[in-house]
Amino acid sequence: MIPEIGHFALILGLALALVLTVVPAWGAWQRNVSAMSLAPGLAMGMLAMVFISFVCLCIAFLQDDFSVTVVASNSNSLLPPIYKFSAVWGNHEGSLLLWGLILCLWTAAVALFSSQLPLLVLSRVLSVMGAIAVGFLSFSLLTSNPFARLLPSVPADGNDLNPLLQDPGLIIHPPLLYMGYVGFSVAFAFAIAALLGGRLDASWARWSRPWTNVAWAFLTLGIMLGSWWAYYELGWGGWWFWDPVENASFMPWLAGTALLHSLAVTEKRGLFKSWTVLLAIFAFSLSLLGTFMVRSGVLTSVHAFATDPARGLFILVFLAIVVGGSLTLYALRAPAVSSRVSFSWLSRESLLLLNNVVFLVATLTVLFGTLFPLIMDALGQGKYSVGPPYFNAVFVPLMALMAPFMGIAPISRWKRDSGQRWKAELLVPGIAALACAVTLPLFGEQYNLWVALAVLLAAWVVFGMARDFWFRVSGRSGAGGSLKRLTPSYWGMVLGHLGFAACVVGVVATSQYSIEHDLKMSPGESETLAGYEFRFVEVAPVRGPNFVADEARFEVYREGRNIAKLAPQKRRYLAGGSVMTEAAIDPGLFRDLYIAMGEPIGEQGAWAVRLHYKPMVRWMWLGAIFMGLGGFITVMDKRYRSQPRRAAVPAKGAQYAR
Amino acid sequence: MPARLKLFLPLILFVVLALFLMRGLSLDPKELPSALIDKPFPVFTLPALGRDELLDKEAVTGEVALFNVWATWCVSCRVEHPYLTQLAGQGVAIYGINYKDEDTAALGWLRELGDPYIASIADREGTLGLDLGVYGAPETYLVDADGLVRYRHVGVVDQRVWGTILQPLYQQLQQEKESQ
Repeated sequence: MIPEIGHFALILGLALALVLTVVPAWGAWQRNVSAMSLAPGLAMGMLAMVFISFVCLCIAFLQDDFSVTVVASNSNSLLPPIYKFSAVWGNHEGSLLLWGLILCLWTAAVALFSSQLPLLVLSRVLSVMGAIAVGFLSFSLLTSNPFARLLPSVPADGNDLNPLLQDPGLIIHPPLLYMGYVGFSVAFAFAIAALLGGRLDASWARWSRPWTNVAWAFLTLGIMLGSWWAYYELGWGGWWFWDPVENASFMPWLAGTALLHSLAVTEKRGLFKSWTVLLAIFAFSLSLLGTFMVRSGVLTSVHAFATDPARGLFILVFLAIVVGGSLTLYALRAPAVSSRVSFSWLSRESLLLLNNVVFLVATLTVLFGTLFPLIMDALGQGKYSVGPPYFNAVFVPLMALMAPFMGIAPISRWKRDSGQRWKAELLVPGIAALACAVTLPLFGEQYNLWVALAVLLAAWVVFGMARDFWFRVSGRSGAGGSLKRLTPSYWGMVLGHLGFAACVVGVVATSQYSIEHDLKMSPGESETLAGYEFRFVEVAPVRGPNFVADEARFEVYREGRNIAKLAPQKRRYLAGGSVMTEAAIDPGLFRDLYIAMGEPIGEQGAWAVRLHYKPMVRWMWLGAIFMGLGGFITVMDKRYRSQPRRAAVPAKGAQYAR
Repeated sequence: MPARLKLFLPLILFVVLALFLMRGLSLDPKELPSALIDKPFPVFTLPALGRDELLDKEAVTGEVALFNVWATWCVSCRVEHPYLTQLAGQGVAIYGINYKDEDTAALGWLRELGDPYIASIADREGTLGLDLGVYGAPETYLVDADGLVRYRHVGVVDQRVWGTILQPLYQQLQQEKESQ
């Protein structure tokens, strides 16, 4: 009964989405206020229906209703309840419903928090969001119904959730990631509304900015969690594989990063309008393309869901309508004439443009690398695979190219700046960064040029920002500076850039200094790695809720002191019989110690064991958390929250409406 | 009006991309270039791993069997090995193709982990692999009683793969053989 309620609610949700697409858009066209005013209510109704539907699916999972196909194939009665819950999105059908739910959440959020928006704009934005919801909800209902039943032969127990997904990180990774992916639909909807209205101006950029920042922050955290999960769960200490599906989430992130910066220019200076709109379309199109790649089976990936050509075709048609339609609209309506506002080569505008170019090139190279196997196959050139060497070779230099300019950006001025001033301001930070680059790598095992370079770039970014920070706080920038005068937008930028710097150092240090040993160890033996002595104490059988495992007990000593006890496991899950390696990690700000068990060797209780020493690997994720926080903080900026509604802005809005 | 035309560029690029994606839908990146499906297993003469004899096509065909491409350098092969052993225990006929490997390492592996194979073909140079179109290990081919390649699976064979894909086909082929 409950699955049928869910199914029915989903159909109602689709119906409301259809109305939301058509009625407010018609109202905006005809200037019919009552039709336009329906939009927020419809958005709420759509959310309510899809939420009910999602709750029904959750209940089916929690109650072990194995008559529902997705429950039978992705859950098991032995599964701990929290994983039964996360199993809801551990499969194609359920995750698509989650996607739809999150889209409805964003739509409802726009309806709720946009009271300062002119009705005309709001109705257009919600109508575009509604159209996207129509696409996804009908995709769910027509090709991937999560409520399909297995009748009359109901299995006694389910197939179990893929053990790799039975992990705390995976409970929140997909929702966060989808919040980011889908969140770009808001920026997209604003861009389309602006194109339809024919006015791209600073207020448009100001409206889109907080939404874009939040979506970007969610995406950052989602990707971070995915990478962290891969690190501790896959058992070989890697944290990024350039797998097509990772790239699918990374490309919208790169485009979104460009969009954030470009929106800043459009808001502050009214420049790059067409460009910013294109980036907004681009970021969301890449989210859709990611969905297509994950769910159509055109590329091989460890993440790919069970695939079905009908699904692939559906998304492709949807993709063609959304992206093709919006790019056509863009080509017809975007302002073709460049703005009259000018800026010199040495200015903040130029630096932000450079940021945009770098991130766009990065996005395109990742896109090219990801689709290359498909393109060659389609051209009949045979099967190819593009691996990490390609991506590293193009991506790392691009980021390194950008860092020097990132150091200048905070102190730079809009419109026109002088090289003389830059030189004067940045001499001290430059020398300090150089000093760090020379000295800090000395703390590593041996002096490493790549690490020195990374420290140089990161320190340059940090000190450039510190210079600007001091400048503002000490009041030299103008009328009486103090900490209080710093806006959340500014803090967001500081955190974001600090995070980037931490990432750079973390990535380079961990790839240069990591040590790993694969060896055969018997209980009683010990092995020394980077000054840490790993003692293999014993192996004992343990039993979990839905698995049995061999657990190895290790003690780690440094200079004779016991600093950690680690217990990696080799698990065998009861339902599917799959064997999983559960690594044990002793985390630290400056180094992780990591043990994963291989296979038993021989009869004497020896095991193949992999020991890792991973310096500064946490900096990468810490940096991503900083970036995410930075994105969230910017939203608290007053200028987004309390628009002087009755004063200047309604006039602007009214102009917009005309 | 060239400025306006420039704005059509993203659209044009997208159309090209969409055409590729559409083509991509009808291609399966995991599929064997269809040349070998329903075609005879390639002819070969190679030594049997760890035995003093030569194997050829006639020696290994005649019944429905799995041909599992494996190697000691292949991590995923370790993962699927216990499951293959289990299948062999259930009476499924499995031949190994020890692909670009060293005999001593391969024999050590079988001693340690158990040997699910009726025999392993020692394809040290990868010549049989080349004829089969192997991209990497592990891969598993389902060959029928007439020596025709009927299915190819790239990646690890686990319970899911066996239960949903290989087993139904395996049973069907066996019924075909009995009805002959």
